[in-house]
Amino acid sequence: MLPFGFDYYRPKSLEEAVTRFQQADQSLKEPMYFSGATEFLTLGRINQVYTEAAIDLKGLSEGKIIQFDQGYLVLGANLTLTEIEEANVFPLLTSTSKEIADHTARGKITLGGNICGQIFYREAVLPLLLADSQMVMVGPEGIKVKPIHEIFHERLLLQRGEYLIQVATESRYLDAPFISIKRRQQWETGYPLITIAALIMENKLRVAISGLCPFPFRSKEMEGALNNLEVSPQERIQNALASIPGPILHDVEGSSDYRLFVLENLLVDVCEALKFGERE
Amino acid sequence: MKLHTIHLNVNDEEQKVTVRSGDTLLYTIREQLGLTGAKPGCLNGDCGACTIQVDGWPMKSCLMMAVEAEGKQITTIEGLNNTPIQEAFVHHFAFQCGYCTPGFIMNGHSLIEKKPDADDSTIKEWLESNICRCTSYIEIEKAIKFILDKNKPTS
Repeated sequence: MLPFGFDYYRPKSLEEAVTRFQQADQSLKEPMYFSGATEFLTLGRINQVYTEAAIDLKGLSEGKIIQFDQGYLVLGANLTLTEIEEANVFPLLTSTSKEIADHTARGKITLGGNICGQIFYREAVLPLLLADSQMVMVGPEGIKVKPIHEIFHERLLLQRGEYLIQVATESRYLDAPFISIKRRQQWETGYPLITIAALIMENKLRVAISGLCPFPFRSKEMEGALNNLEVSPQERIQNALASIPGPILHDVEGSSDYRLFVLENLLVDVCEALKFGERE
Repeated sequence: MKLHTIHLNVNDEEQKVTVRSGDTLLYTIREQLGLTGAKPGCLNGDCGACTIQVDGWPMKSCLMMAVEAEGKQITTIEGLNNTPIQEAFVHHFAFQCGYCTPGFIMNGHSLIEKKPDADDSTIKEWLESNICRCTSYIEIEKAIKFILDKNKPTS
């Protein structure tokens, strides 16, 4: 139960959602969008999230679609992770999503909510980073479509009043060889130590990582090192580790040294599983 | 105080309730409807003691606001009536203190309905959503497998 009161809206159209946000913003109600609302509830109950106007996007039909259109798979941002798993149209996304939270919670957590959430793991974005997906957003200026690499840097860079409604991924990425591995401190539930997703496209290895730095990322420099087949596999991995694009987390889930150790082994596992860079 | 009067369908009965926008479904079904089978545990979506069914799928009722539940079919443990999974829990001694039991039963009941061909990994994946501090996990798994096996058509 949340300790604060707020206006609750469930708009039925894209425009209504934006209008509700703008009206509440003008009234200084600190409006916020949500869809699954799991983070809203868990952070709100400990006063880490506050709003006087909550705009629930679940009623937007555009956010619930799963369809193939002109060579793209379009997924609504309001799909729950369970709905994505059940449809299994993007196996790498299924594989990564299946490790987020737990099965029952995934019936409430949405794709958009995970990507836009405050909790920094945001693992559902990893497959989209690897597949150069397009992000479809709605805001005061209408509908915008932007490549994920333009709009996602540590987090989705939404303008005030904007929300994510769909993601579109070229079909050629859907059946590319892939692997997704999540390592936790212990057992099989709980927050991740590190999650890594990888796929091979045009004979190049792509990797995206969550839980290593305080944001999920895909690093061109790390991939450059991993794809330099002129040097030994061990050297490639060491060069990749030297190119990590941010501070390494050091917290109760694991020290920074331990995270580096886990990542090194994960990179070995990824290359072995995908048979990448094996010498003849 | 932001109040909403909403209609909830709980255990096939229409219920009219007035709720705060921030009231969880768990709070509403326990405190307003008197259905205390769903248990408050962590209140943070971790333990599964408050699991109910929403539109046939398991749902942690602490992770849903009552205002989100309008138009959904809600089933609580009180809505089950001598279902096979309830009998199997008794038969297999699948509980000790019993606090987590309604949540496990609602999750298991959903699993049996949604995934009648569930393999071991699916059963494990679903059951990881609930915690039993008395560690009755083996007996709970046995009870669920017993029903899944029983429901399989004989050739």
